[in-house]
Amino acid sequence: MHIEVRNLNKNFGDFHAVKDVSFDIEKGKLIGLLGPSGGGKTSILRMLAGLEAPSSGDIVFHGKRVNDLPPQERGIGFVFQNYALFKHMTVFDNVAFGLKVKKMPKEQIRERVMYLVELTGLKGFEHRYPHQLSGGQRQRVAFARALAPEPQLLLLDEPFAAIDAKIRTELRTWLKEMIERVGITSIFVTHDQDEAIEVADEIMIISKGRLEQKGSPWDIYKNPETPFVASFIGESSFIDNISSLRGFESAAVHPETKALIRPEYIELGKPGEIKLASATMPATVKHVHFRGSEWMVELMVGDTKLITYRSLEKDVLHPGENVSVLLHRAYLFNDSDSWIMENPLKVDPMPIHI
Amino acid sequence: MRRLWITLTYIVFGILLIAPLIKIFTGAWEDGLQGFMDALTRPQSLHALMMTGIIVVVVTLINTLFGVMLALYLVRAQWLGPKLKRLLNSIVDLPFAVSPVIGGLMIVLILGPNTVIGALFEDAGLKIVYALPGMILATLFVTFPIMVREVMPVLQEIGAQQEEAASTLGAYSWYTFWKVTWPSIRWGVIYGVVLTVARSLGEFGAVLVVSGNIMNKTQTATTLVYQDVENFNVVAANGIALVLAAFSVGLLLLMEWAKKRKEVH
Repeated sequence: MHIEVRNLNKNFGDFHAVKDVSFDIEKGKLIGLLGPSGGGKTSILRMLAGLEAPSSGDIVFHGKRVNDLPPQERGIGFVFQNYALFKHMTVFDNVAFGLKVKKMPKEQIRERVMYLVELTGLKGFEHRYPHQLSGGQRQRVAFARALAPEPQLLLLDEPFAAIDAKIRTELRTWLKEMIERVGITSIFVTHDQDEAIEVADEIMIISKGRLEQKGSPWDIYKNPETPFVASFIGESSFIDNISSLRGFESAAVHPETKALIRPEYIELGKPGEIKLASATMPATVKHVHFRGSEWMVELMVGDTKLITYRSLEKDVLHPGENVSVLLHRAYLFNDSDSWIMENPLKVDPMPIHI
Repeated sequence: MRRLWITLTYIVFGILLIAPLIKIFTGAWEDGLQGFMDALTRPQSLHALMMTGIIVVVVTLINTLFGVMLALYLVRAQWLGPKLKRLLNSIVDLPFAVSPVIGGLMIVLILGPNTVIGALFEDAGLKIVYALPGMILATLFVTFPIMVREVMPVLQEIGAQQEEAASTLGAYSWYTFWKVTWPSIRWGVIYGVVLTVARSLGEFGAVLVVSGNIMNKTQTATTLVYQDVENFNVVAANGIALVLAAFSVGLLLLMEWAKKRKEVH
């Protein structure tokens, strides 16, 4: 289903939860609504479902304005954060609910439910009650129940929030595959950037009720359009006086410019380890933290703190040690503008051709 | 010291609860089975028990229907502002706070034969005060909060999400209520019914004021006990009281069972 949203607003009393949000979603896409908690993502999802009425703005499905349609008539499936399974019904009855409402013949209901139960890997659990299932199984039931009436649009509110970390990654992959197989337009809400990047075809970043940026995960990662997006994606170091760092002196021509630098933009080596020595600057190690698969290193360049990672394969660093640092690029912004600056010194000033 | 307290507690418990029950029981049998049967089969006893029965049935039906509805509106309705909801919520408790006698008096003052509304109804052929409708109204007033207070917390606890899920699956409100909401609040409603029955069975003050306690006309079981005691007809009073007490004990057992079920679901 093709979805258009135009100038959507939602007020809860004095609180302006969703501010002038507009976007288009193509048929068959899997979209992630990403942003900090309380940013209005769930409100947008609920308005799309018809569970909440917009204060102003239009929601258009397939070229038809659906603002005044109740949720029953929108042709959507909704997976709630806590699944909201009917706890007095078995798995079978939960999945069959939407079909019984439609008064489908019994035999057909049975067929469709068994198909979905098998698709979601719940075969053998049809007669269990929700409280007899694990978190991951409940999530699958909620998913099967939402898909049963063949909706045109699937909405998922924090689908993995209530599941423990190990199974979560497993379920993510499962859900992505499942949605691709069914071929249904889907929107899911999450506050976890890894989840959004891994699962979504396209990400919409929502903060404080505004749509900050919409694009593919790679796009958003590479070209963040607003300081919020730059700081939200990845774990960036925030730099006040960027012009004090080697390679970025020219940033001083724009007054009041600040910078965000991602750990992966920072190359770190013991003196002599980095080939392009002319572009490096000295730094001292402040702390090293073990992060399971790598070291997280806190560096001080003058008064500026930088965070980066170092492979476990390389020599272990110790606090107080002197190292060299090369900044590959930085995300710069001021009140009026934002842009990405590559380190100009990386182009070797005296190339030697052999 | 501890033994003393335990003994004291049992003594208080015995004097307050057990002794009266035993007294009612032995009192009812003072003149043997015949005396007990005579007390019960007096025309005024049969009539009073019938009145109590009618009141209990009607009040429980009305109270269940409107109590569940009000609880649903107070918890779920979005068209009620939060302030209005809070106001309604506190008004619901009014009958618990006000003495039943005052509740009965209010009905007499508003709907009595000397008032505008009361006269209007009387012209239409419907007597309210000093008749059955008034007694039902008075009992309704006293028992109204019970159902609302039983169902509201259950509704709040289960949340609106299951109902919302039903609506996204295409179910409209009536279907959703019976298939999704009702199974969750069922035991709360049954508990509320039991309490309502018990309360309307024993209601005295409000009914006394509204009914005028006219023998064979507007007398209920409780007001008959009162009158028998006034007339020093202690055996008869004990007989009726025993019937009421037996009912109450039965209800208590039912309530315990319902409570257990309520906790399970």
